[in-house]
Parts: sequence; C-alpha cells; structure tokens
Amino acid sequence: MLLFDYHRPTTVAETAALMAELGEDAELLAGGTSLMNLARLGLAEPAHVIALADVGELGGLDATPDGGLQLGATTTIRHVETSPLVRGRAPGLAEACGHVATVRIRNQATVGGSLVHADPNQDLPPMLMVHDALARITGPNGDRSVPVAELFLGFFETVVQPEEILHSIVVPPPARGFRAGYLKFLPRTKDDYSTVAVAVGLTAEEGRVTAARIAVAGGGSTPLRCTAAERALVGTIPGEATALAEAAALVREALDPISDARGSSGYKREMARVCTTRLLRRLGTEDAG
Amino acid sequence: MASATPRPVRDAIQVTVNGQARSLRTPPARPLLDVLRDDLELTGTKEGCSVGVCGACSILVDGRLMSACLVPVGMVAGREVTTVEGLAGPDGELSRVQRAFLECSGFQCGICTPGQVVAATALLAENPSPTADEVREYMTGNLCRCTGYYSIVRAVLSAAGTSATGDAAKEPA
Repeated sequence: MLLFDYHRPTTVAETAALMAELGEDAELLAGGTSLMNLARLGLAEPAHVIALADVGELGGLDATPDGGLQLGATTTIRHVETSPLVRGRAPGLAEACGHVATVRIRNQATVGGSLVHADPNQDLPPMLMVHDALARITGPNGDRSVPVAELFLGFFETVVQPEEILHSIVVPPPARGFRAGYLKFLPRTKDDYSTVAVAVGLTAEEGRVTAARIAVAGGGSTPLRCTAAERALVGTIPGEATALAEAAALVREALDPISDARGSSGYKREMARVCTTRLLRRLGTEDAG
Repeated sequence: MASATPRPVRDAIQVTVNGQARSLRTPPARPLLDVLRDDLELTGTKEGCSVGVCGACSILVDGRLMSACLVPVGMVAGREVTTVEGLAGPDGELSRVQRAFLECSGFQCGICTPGQVVAATALLAENPSPTADEVREYMTGNLCRCTGYYSIVRAVLSAAGTSATGDAAKEPA
C-alpha cells in the first residue's frame, strides 16, 4: 500500500499523455486529502499517481473580464476563502469555503479535487450551483463546459471521463441585485460533513425576487438543485413568510437522502426544510452586496 | 515515436526540513508523517487519527498549516517543512508560542501539544492579534482529548500579547 509510482508533469499536455499511457492504473493527485485517505484504507490502490501540483495552468484564481471568476482546479479552498477578489465578487462562495473542514484541510484540499471526488456532502457544489458556475473539462477531443449543476451522476461519480481533466471552474458575474448564503447543519462537530447544507442565491429587483437558486448538499446521492422551490420564489417579496415556507416545503419534497450516522433520511429532509427557511429569512433581510 | 511522457520520480527528494537541506531516498508516495518520524527521527510530530482530523501531526509546508499524515512526501519536494522541532531558536530558546504554552499550562497529557503549538504559530503568522473566537475558529481542527481548551486559548492569546482576560476566560457561547 501507498507505494505507487509518483509522476510530476508540468503541463496539461504531459498530464494527458501520462493518463493515456497509464490508463486505469493511474489516479490524479491534487491536494491529497481524499486520495491519501482512500489509499491508506485500501479503497484506492493506484499503481501510479500523477501529481498536479506543478501543472501551473491548472492553478490560479483570476478575475474574468466580464466581472466573474475563474478558479483553477488545483486552487486550494483556503485560497478561495481568503481571496479579496472572491469576497468582492462572490462573497457567498467565500462563506461556503470557510465551512469546509478545518483551516489545515482547506490549506491542502482543492476546488477541483472536492468536485471530482463527488462526495454528496461537499460544501462547494451547492454554492457553485447557485452561482450557475461552469466546469471546464479538458480531454483528448478538446475542451467542454458543463454546468456544475450537471456535473454529478451519483455517489463519488461525475461526468468527467477517465481520460479527461477538470481544468477550472468559471463563476459568471452575479446579476445586479444578487445575494447568496450558505447554511450548514452540523449537529456533531464543527469540522464534520454536514447532515444537510443549503445554499441559496436570490436576485431581487424593486422588492421582488426575479431569480432564485436553491441547492442542497447531503440530500441524496449527489448535491442537487431544487428547481420547483426556486420557481415558487420568483415574483415574491424576499423573506416573505408564506412564500419562503412554501419553497422550503418543496425543498423537503425534492430530497431523497440516505439514512446514516448523521441522521435518518426523514430527519435530513426536515432539517433541509428548516435550514432553507432560516436562510431565506436571512437573505430577505440582507441587501445585495 | 519517442515517448514524450516524463518518467516517474525516482531521484532523491530534496526538501528543507527545519532549515536543513535534506535529500530523501524514499518512495514519494509515503506519508510525510512516516518519513519525519521514522527516517528523520523527528518524533515531535505525533500520529493521532491518521486521517487528517485530529491535528496531532500538524506541520508547516512553506509556512502553511497541513496534516503530515495526508501529505505524500513527494509533494514537498523543493519546499520548506517546519515541525515543532524547528520552532525554537538556534540556541534552543523557546519561541514566543512555546513559552506561552508553558506559562499558561496550555497542555495536559501533551500528545496534542506539538500540533497545537504549530497550529498557533501558523495562526499568529497570519493574524498577529486574534480574538479568542478567532483562535477557536482557526484551531478547531486541533483536538485535545484532555479537553484543556481554555488554557490553550489563553496561551495563544498570551503569545499574541493579547490580554488573556475577558472573553478568553469564558465558555464559548
């Protein structure tokens, strides 16, 4: 165990060549927080590991000219959390990053790693979904762009194919009047995965919701958007009690969580309703940033 | 066609540990924690949970706090690793944080202490005068099974030169 060959390519092209040559025997290594644990437990036994740390073009955190953000796949979660650029352009994303595990893990874990690992309890996916973020995936046939909301297929499974690399995440510029928030329900310890967590993005103009996004972690085999609840909010007054209660009930109906040590399926659905209610109430009293 | 793919790393791994250049001939996949303890005999870094949760193996890589159990040693090639053994001055005089842990009795059984001291050092490098809440937030990932948290928070605030009275002495809300 843990005696894999270790490769250090410096470009995406070199990485792709290694992946083509080594095939299924190889795993990509970004921050290591998931792969090292899986390898130690014998759940991953790669003969080869391709470390991405030296592939400069997969890193970085940049402003896009249109007012959005580009997050490199190997950018650490701590970098996103503490970046003044992110705090200015997508404060909800910085907020969600601050809820990931501990500072020590956030210093190591990466944006791309947390997405392709596809644990349905991860904190970044729901927040990226409410921002309509896109995953740029590069492969032998060029690049493709997939909404983060369509990235996940099931437990630990994404649409990223074995010969492909998640290159970066593009967060479009938020609409005028957009605000986002995150509520992570943690009945055990602060560094735990959530029992459920809810991300909400609201756009309001002249006192009415013009667009809504609600996405949940821990509510099923993938993080997911609750589109029926989103639709129920459009046209309502932000924070208005009847509307938010209706939307929150629709969130509960949209989920199918597994029962596990963090709560039964029914408990998680009910707590998702409660978290949605509280978050919508909070965002209803906040001005757009 | 000639193979354009680089070969796996088989050379010795060059890394600076506590200011000393080291050349490590070891599989790059090994956890840095094992290399520090077994090869370099730097046993101040402790093994607790081995899955990145407990903080006993907290170290600094280029000044950033990480879990030595989750870092393959290949990842630190060309980088600077600091363990608890590297915090004291050249003549062995304790660092500000180490002195504060002594003065405030910021330890009980001691197993988590190296990790707590390293984490506190990282915190104060980023934020030289944290509040008690900021100390708790930053050091959430460093568990003390003796539950000696109040004196740990007091030690960190004392090292920062912040008064250890007031909210530090109170239970968290």
